[in-house]
Amino acid sequence: MNRYLVPLAVFVVLVVLFRIGLEHDPHLVPSPLVDKPAPVFTLPDLRNTSASINLSALRGQAFLLNVWASWCVECRNEQPVLMELAQKRKVPIYGLNYKDNRAEAIQWLDHYGDPYVKSAFDQSGRVGIDFGVYGVPETFVVDREGIIRYKHIGPVTPEVVNDILLPLLSKLEHPST
Amino acid sequence: MKAGQILLKFRRQCRMVLFLGAAILSVSTMLQAADVPFEFKSPEQEQRYKELTEQLRCLVCQNQSLADSHADLAQDLRNEVYRMVVQGQSDQEIIDFLVKRYGDFVLFNPPVKTGTVLLWFGPFLILFVAVLIVVRYTRKNARQASPELSNVEQQRLEALLKRPPDGESG
Amino acid sequence: MIPELGHFALILALCMAVIQSFFPIAGAARGNVAWMSLARPAARAQLVFLLIAFGALAHAFLVNDFSVVYVARNSNSLLPMIYRISAVWGAHEGSLLLWVVILGLWTVAVTIFSEPLPEQFVARVLGVMGLISTGFLLFMLLTSNPFLRDAFPPADGADLNPLLQDPGLIIHPPMLYTGYVGFSVAFGFAIAALLGGRLDMAWARWSRPWTVMAWVFLTIGIALGSWWAYYELGWGGWWFWDPVENASFMPWLTGTALIHSLAATEKRGVFKNWTVLLAICAFSLSLLGTFMVRSGVLTSVHAFANDPARGIFILILLGIVIGGSLILYAWRAPGTLISSSYGLFSREMFLLVNSTLLTVAMGAVLLGTIYPLIIETLGGKVSVGAPYFNSVFIPLMAPLVIVLGIGAWSRWKADEWNRLWQHLRFAVFGSIIIGILLAAMLSGPGALRTALGVALACWIILSTTTLFYSRMHSGPDLIKTLKTQPRGFYGMCLAHIGFAVTIIGLVVTSNYSTDLHKRMKPGDKAELAGYTFELAEIRTIPGPNYQATEALFRISRSGKHVTELHTQKRTYSVRGMPMTEAGIGPGLTRDLYVSLGEPLGDGDWSVRLYYKPFVRWLWLGALLMASGGLLAVTDRRYRQVRLQATDPQEVIDGGAAIKS
Repeated sequence: MNRYLVPLAVFVVLVVLFRIGLEHDPHLVPSPLVDKPAPVFTLPDLRNTSASINLSALRGQAFLLNVWASWCVECRNEQPVLMELAQKRKVPIYGLNYKDNRAEAIQWLDHYGDPYVKSAFDQSGRVGIDFGVYGVPETFVVDREGIIRYKHIGPVTPEVVNDILLPLLSKLEHPST
Repeated sequence: MKAGQILLKFRRQCRMVLFLGAAILSVSTMLQAADVPFEFKSPEQEQRYKELTEQLRCLVCQNQSLADSHADLAQDLRNEVYRMVVQGQSDQEIIDFLVKRYGDFVLFNPPVKTGTVLLWFGPFLILFVAVLIVVRYTRKNARQASPELSNVEQQRLEALLKRPPDGESG
Repeated sequence: MIPELGHFALILALCMAVIQSFFPIAGAARGNVAWMSLARPAARAQLVFLLIAFGALAHAFLVNDFSVVYVARNSNSLLPMIYRISAVWGAHEGSLLLWVVILGLWTVAVTIFSEPLPEQFVARVLGVMGLISTGFLLFMLLTSNPFLRDAFPPADGADLNPLLQDPGLIIHPPMLYTGYVGFSVAFGFAIAALLGGRLDMAWARWSRPWTVMAWVFLTIGIALGSWWAYYELGWGGWWFWDPVENASFMPWLTGTALIHSLAATEKRGVFKNWTVLLAICAFSLSLLGTFMVRSGVLTSVHAFANDPARGIFILILLGIVIGGSLILYAWRAPGTLISSSYGLFSREMFLLVNSTLLTVAMGAVLLGTIYPLIIETLGGKVSVGAPYFNSVFIPLMAPLVIVLGIGAWSRWKADEWNRLWQHLRFAVFGSIIIGILLAAMLSGPGALRTALGVALACWIILSTTTLFYSRMHSGPDLIKTLKTQPRGFYGMCLAHIGFAVTIIGLVVTSNYSTDLHKRMKPGDKAELAGYTFELAEIRTIPGPNYQATEALFRISRSGKHVTELHTQKRTYSVRGMPMTEAGIGPGLTRDLYVSLGEPLGDGDWSVRLYYKPFVRWLWLGALLMASGGLLAVTDRRYRQVRLQATDPQEVIDGGAAIKS
């Protein structure tokens, strides 16, 4: 009798697997860079063509690195959330403008809001590749020593801010608590 | 909005991108041509490039290789592979470069690690179990079979069933 | 008005399906003839309502009724008429409707061709099929209604995805579904046999033609999908081990195992439990495929809908249908007696080995397909692609091919190695010689693999043709012998040769295809595989709902003109989607393939050129396999109207029933 139950057992395992699978999005690719140093880069500042942004100079404070572009439809939805994060919660957000047109990017910021301390202009997308960017928008949480602690794929929503980003940032700023 | 719905944008891109010339829903003029042919110094280099891009997965259109996909990111990554091949880096170095940034997911051939042991040995395990079952069943069958019909009984049976005599194939 | 009619017809179809499920099965259990006799009329009524619903949806497309949400999403006033019809099944809701309609057609076919079968058995079969229909109709009405209306209809629709605006896509889904859904008949037969407690040779005889017919459609459906991908997607690929392709391939593998196992059960009464399990598996895998395509669980370029809510519903449906049938199996199967014995060198043994190998292959494909899901559940991320499947699947096929050649010659019950060797000697040596010759003559990295693959295929061809030849000479009069052979025999030979042809196509094209990716402008020439491709001119061509740029290629070989190929890059006006139509020069021994890419500036274009040897053999072989199956189905013993539905053992023991 037992061996006739084997097909049923296999099937039950499959169903459980699929049930769990329905909760996941198979397209999400987790980043292998979590808990590793953020790739060092030097890129021109988006607004100021003569200045440049050097990531390794951003030590001493945890910050968010948000990958965005003027051609990215979902980024528009994310902008108000980032604005609130930057202005009300005083979270430093740096932008990585990915494969964009400078003039259009600046215009976009003026229209939708500019929460960034500064935006780096990654025209070729090469720095994006170093960060393992495969879609826009994406947001990285980097700690005071320049280590990536979290990557969020897709636009930042208020839930993500409250449930993940703020607690994590608070922990990174005050490691003893 | 769930990340899944956001990435729906890219899934739509992939459906469009199943053929040459992906055009993202955008007005940007910065889009590069998504299918630039490369020049190689030698056929070996070209072959290496081909093989590498065929075993690497496109992160956007996730069921296509870097070679086949026309997503922008695929073109960018092809550029990188081309650059590294021409620079003389080894296959392993190029693969490591991409895995470091995108994880094991970028490989079509999953590496044999603890996580994938079941995957690589699974089929052979299934085969082994199947062979065992077949052997056991055959032995049991040889022991337990009910008595065969005698010739007379066989003829009676055939008359009753009105079916063609045995000995045909099919 | 008409869409509402269609909606109402669906509800009525559901009512009929419920009647078709409840009364016959309950009636069969209680011996209530009146209830059992409701099955046929309910099934026929259900089909009528389903056809009305389908007609209503088709009508909405034909008249461009964009107030129907489904039509607005998938059609457009510029869409050519014929694609408006195929748009009916172009997305989730409509394709579900097609699924249910096809199930209705199979069910009515069963009502028509089942006259000689016992009433109780037919009632159960129709009841089970009714249950499946009920499940799918509920799913449609509750989550995926194609007749939903938009209060503020758009002026024009969003157009059918340009990829689907193609003749191949008109016929591929219906063929595929006819195959998938057809396995529900074998499933119904299996459940009916388990419920009634009579798992016997008669059951196998009844099941077989239905199963083979479904298998034929599935073979054609898969081949069409592969051929379509080849000419439509623009880079000459024909199989990607994509999860949804695997979802159709797994039922096919199981179905092939099933038809061979049914042969043994029909002839010798062996493997009954195995055959029943295979019948349940084949249809279960069809349902699983439906789940995977429509739930978003796996990444696939084919995926229809990515709605977890729908996914849960289908999962529950799966759980009830498959879980229920496997519970029934675990409960009822142990009681069946084993009818006869067979030796190690018997046809039964070879059939068992092959159906096992096919099932193991199916298991390997299943493992690879769901493995990313397993790893994701455990918190990781891995991808499984073509290299894995190829390296696992192909080694499993090699022993299968070898046993096929031996098995076709073998005798039932007991055979001797010496006798087999006598007959197979020629084929063995022939294929070894061919293999060695090829290995010597071919060059390149794939030479040995190709030689091995072609040698194995020749083994099948030689074994089958020598079998055929020997059968032709088994009687004094050749014509008479040809006429009296059962069609099943011819079908088998044809199908096995088709399989060999597919193997040859597969092996040669995988190893010897070459391509070139170049920057060309009009007047440029490129060399590939001994052919010269000249880009003659580039011009613009308007189409019904697109704008196209066309490139004309002149291809020659050693100075002699071979063919002219046109390839277009189209931009579809509504969705703004660009698409490539490749130019293909077909041939029996090679395809030449050109594909226009992006403009690169300065009048240069990115162009891909392909040389694909023997690629047509892939689909030719599939066609031969399907033809073989069709021949086998029309065998006279299935057309015998007065089939006596008795089991030999019962007759001998004076009607002592098998444990029920």
